[in-house]
Amino acid sequence: MAMTETFYDVIRRQGISRRSFTKFCSLTAASLGLGPAFGPRIAEAMETKPRIPVLWLHGLECTCCSESFIRSAHPLVKDVVLSMISLDYDDTLMAAAGTQAEAIFDEIRQTYRGRYIVAVEGNPPLDEDGMFCIIGGRPFVERLREVAADSMAVISWGSCASWGCVQAAKPNPTHAVPVHEVVSGKPIIKVPGCPPIAEVMTGVITYLLTFDRLPELDRQGRPKMFYSQRIHDKCYRRPHFDAGQFVEAWDDEQARKGYCLYKMGCKGPTTYNACSTVRWNDGVSFPIQSGHGCIGCSEEGFWDQGSFYDRLTTISPFGVEANADQIGGTAAGVIGAGIAVHAALSAVKRARDKAVTPPPADPKPHP
Amino acid sequence: MTMTPPIATPAESFELEPIADLSDADTLRANRQTAIYVYEAPVRLWHWINAAAIMVLVVTGFLIARPLPSMPGEAAFTFLMGDIRFAHFTAGYILAVGLIGRLYWACVGNHHARQMLYIPFWRRQYWRDVGNQAAWYLFMVKYPRKYVGHNPLSQLAMFGMFFLGALFMICTGFALYSQGEGAASWQAKLFGWVLDLAGNSQNLHTAHHFGLWLMVVFVMLHVYAAIREDIMSRQSIVSTMISGWRMFKDHGQ
Repeated sequence: MAMTETFYDVIRRQGISRRSFTKFCSLTAASLGLGPAFGPRIAEAMETKPRIPVLWLHGLECTCCSESFIRSAHPLVKDVVLSMISLDYDDTLMAAAGTQAEAIFDEIRQTYRGRYIVAVEGNPPLDEDGMFCIIGGRPFVERLREVAADSMAVISWGSCASWGCVQAAKPNPTHAVPVHEVVSGKPIIKVPGCPPIAEVMTGVITYLLTFDRLPELDRQGRPKMFYSQRIHDKCYRRPHFDAGQFVEAWDDEQARKGYCLYKMGCKGPTTYNACSTVRWNDGVSFPIQSGHGCIGCSEEGFWDQGSFYDRLTTISPFGVEANADQIGGTAAGVIGAGIAVHAALSAVKRARDKAVTPPPADPKPHP
Repeated sequence: MTMTPPIATPAESFELEPIADLSDADTLRANRQTAIYVYEAPVRLWHWINAAAIMVLVVTGFLIARPLPSMPGEAAFTFLMGDIRFAHFTAGYILAVGLIGRLYWACVGNHHARQMLYIPFWRRQYWRDVGNQAAWYLFMVKYPRKYVGHNPLSQLAMFGMFFLGALFMICTGFALYSQGEGAASWQAKLFGWVLDLAGNSQNLHTAHHFGLWLMVVFVMLHVYAAIREDIMSRQSIVSTMISGWRMFKDHGQ
């Protein structure tokens, strides 16, 4: 294993031209929202810096993050990035298996103590001492804690590692928890999404390598450059929202015209992600562009919010599923009816009081 | 603030200026009835501005959650949702700034201006009065007690439903607003913690929407109770929020 190779060495060794390399650098600079001057800086970093080893762990997950990552449609991104991050361990992708794979794992941990990145896809279950997820003969949660303790930083890929996702949805039978609940004392970058966008994943890694520091994170620990705005804020259908032009039913005239999907339960207004700007499959499209609302897959607890087509969270206080409108509307209706009855009773009382006794001149109702 | 009332008491004014159509029975009664200046001008002004703001907020808030039927024509020539949201945000600012002004007045105004902001939780007499007032609403006592300020049940609703409710709506509202303004905005710095607490934006929207219904229920109860008590209690209610004077209909305890 050529541990001291730079990224550029690897890139050239794999037969990628200088021209493709510089194109990648400027594209990356643009996707990170940096000025044109940063293209050469990224190039310089990749030419001079030794590759940072990345240990890519898989816990309870569906591998959709890896699927997204490797399907990064731009050939350059796919080829370069897999080499660029020096992906030394990834039990799903690596050629080595069994003892050999575990040997690499331990070697990186010891050789690069404090200088490698742990990328976690999926999350650890805690019930039964973590027995619901065994990797290499040991509970995943133990491995994760150990390897994270010697790392430089931890990347939580996807909604599983960031928030818990489907395996942590109610009733969460294995007590699966997001990475930040078992790893402490290390910087954790959350890259939520089910899966995250490929270019977002590579963008985060490129930033780490280029600037030798964590990208700026928001309050929830997500990189601001990709998660500081909601889908709705940058949606190309936003003018239809502001105009009050909505799809009222699937396949209606407004749907054909590409109006806003707000009434169809689009969760764009409550979802922080870069889909409406970066888009998917090399910028080809994203769900709203394909005529379906956002389901909010990058938001915390998105499986437990009720229907994918409802923008109000389903609340089940008495075992009956309802949302704020149903509960509030019922309360207002009951109170309105109560007021009407009470008003009628009050009128009766008043009429009776008047008939029986004159208006109280000096009543002394209590001592 | 000290204010010179325009007339000391209604009783005195009768001596100065006899009422033209005053019968003997009316004179007897008019001399017994008294009035106390309760709500100072800023409180009254705030009340009605606030009422208007809440009306706008409830209507536009509901229309934001459940928009009107789709608008025809080109998006470039229509801005209906934009206008509705603008009205909502403007009214929200008026509510928030109004509440700050109202809190200031609670500090410098008379003691009635403070009544809305707390309940005398540890005072036994307060809870006995709450019970009595509840009994009045349940037709279990013949006459209610007289109160210069809020009656105890009303104070409970003012504090628990309106004051805490308005704070809740302001906090959740500004947290939602900060999502559009961005993480660097002062709204996000001041109210970003609300989003953390809610877990995600959809929960926050849902909570804010619950608050809308809380406010609707409050307004229903408030308006009904004010009108009913204006008729049935032993003091003025509705006109008090217009003139500031609490007028008592009888001389009894």
